[in-house]
Amino acid sequence: MNLSAYVIPVLLASVAVYGMGRHVDVYSALTHGAEEGLTVLLRVAPALVGLLTAVSMFRVSGAMEWLSGLFAPVLELLGVPPETAPLMLVRPVSGSGALAVATDLMAAHGPDSYIGRVAAVMLGSTETTFYTIAVYFGSAGIHKTRHTVPAALAADLTGFIAAAFAVRLLFGGA
Amino acid sequence: MAMTWVWTGMVVLSLLFGMVSGNLDAVANAALEGARSAVDLSISMAGILCLWSGVMEIMNACGISAGLAKAFRPLLRRLLPDASRDRETLAAVSANVSANLLGLGNAATPLGIQAARRMAQGCGGTASDELCLLVVLNTASIQLLPTTVASVRAAAGSRTPFDILPAVWLTSVLSVAAGLLTAWLFSRRRGRRTA
Repeated sequence: MNLSAYVIPVLLASVAVYGMGRHVDVYSALTHGAEEGLTVLLRVAPALVGLLTAVSMFRVSGAMEWLSGLFAPVLELLGVPPETAPLMLVRPVSGSGALAVATDLMAAHGPDSYIGRVAAVMLGSTETTFYTIAVYFGSAGIHKTRHTVPAALAADLTGFIAAAFAVRLLFGGA
Repeated sequence: MAMTWVWTGMVVLSLLFGMVSGNLDAVANAALEGARSAVDLSISMAGILCLWSGVMEIMNACGISAGLAKAFRPLLRRLLPDASRDRETLAAVSANVSANLLGLGNAATPLGIQAARRMAQGCGGTASDELCLLVVLNTASIQLLPTTVASVRAAAGSRTPFDILPAVWLTSVLSVAAGLLTAWLFSRRRGRRTA
């Protein structure tokens, strides 16, 4: 019996009780939100079919290894596992693409392995940078984005390096 | 369009590498296997993703996000002093940040866009320092519960899908700090040049 076993049941119970205390119709909020989860899934699933096809072909053909090898010297210097190079390349461009690459890494190395955890942390602590920039500036009518792209990419790069660092710090190294 | 290039590039490279290494059979199987595993993944993710979306919705309905938005106002007033002079912009930015924290992406984006549009008024298509900062804040993830990642980990057979939370928080803090610092350094450099 460990502490983390408490987290999910306690969170569910306390959110429900707090919601009732605030006179919220907890159950219909839950189902309404779950419906939204389905629409997210419906949007992601077709992209996953296309991308997981390409990603698993890419891995089996040996191209993934070649791409990782290309970036390996730099990444090792930064303490980042070279296997995550494809994830880092796709992350700023496509959310579902990154999800597919990370899923493939977790399947190949195990979700609780060092590489699996680093991939999960990278995915969870970064966003689809270029998509976000396009949406915000597009709808605000901005053409000159000035230093937004370099600053956002600096954040992404820091996130990738920090992900490997944080996993080593909290779970022990590879 | 970018993804068209990425996808086509990956498939063509896979074909070339498969031909050179002579394991085209395995590549062909991998294509079919990949498509099948995408559906498996989607189905095994569905339950957890829906459950957490539901919990997020309850939190939202309880006013937890409104409370968070209120808590962030002093900090945001300091980060975006010009934009904060307009009450509605400040309200939209705080709601955007709190929705991002709760992982309500569908709610966060329209709020952020509303703030961005107000901040872009009368600047002739050039982003101000503060608008750059707002967008950088939104390109860096600050989600407290990365539920999609946890559902993928669970689907992949992780025993404790949520054990990465502290690592995700630490990483997010460092990456947001790096983004804001870079944006700040750029705006200072420009300030000095025009002065």
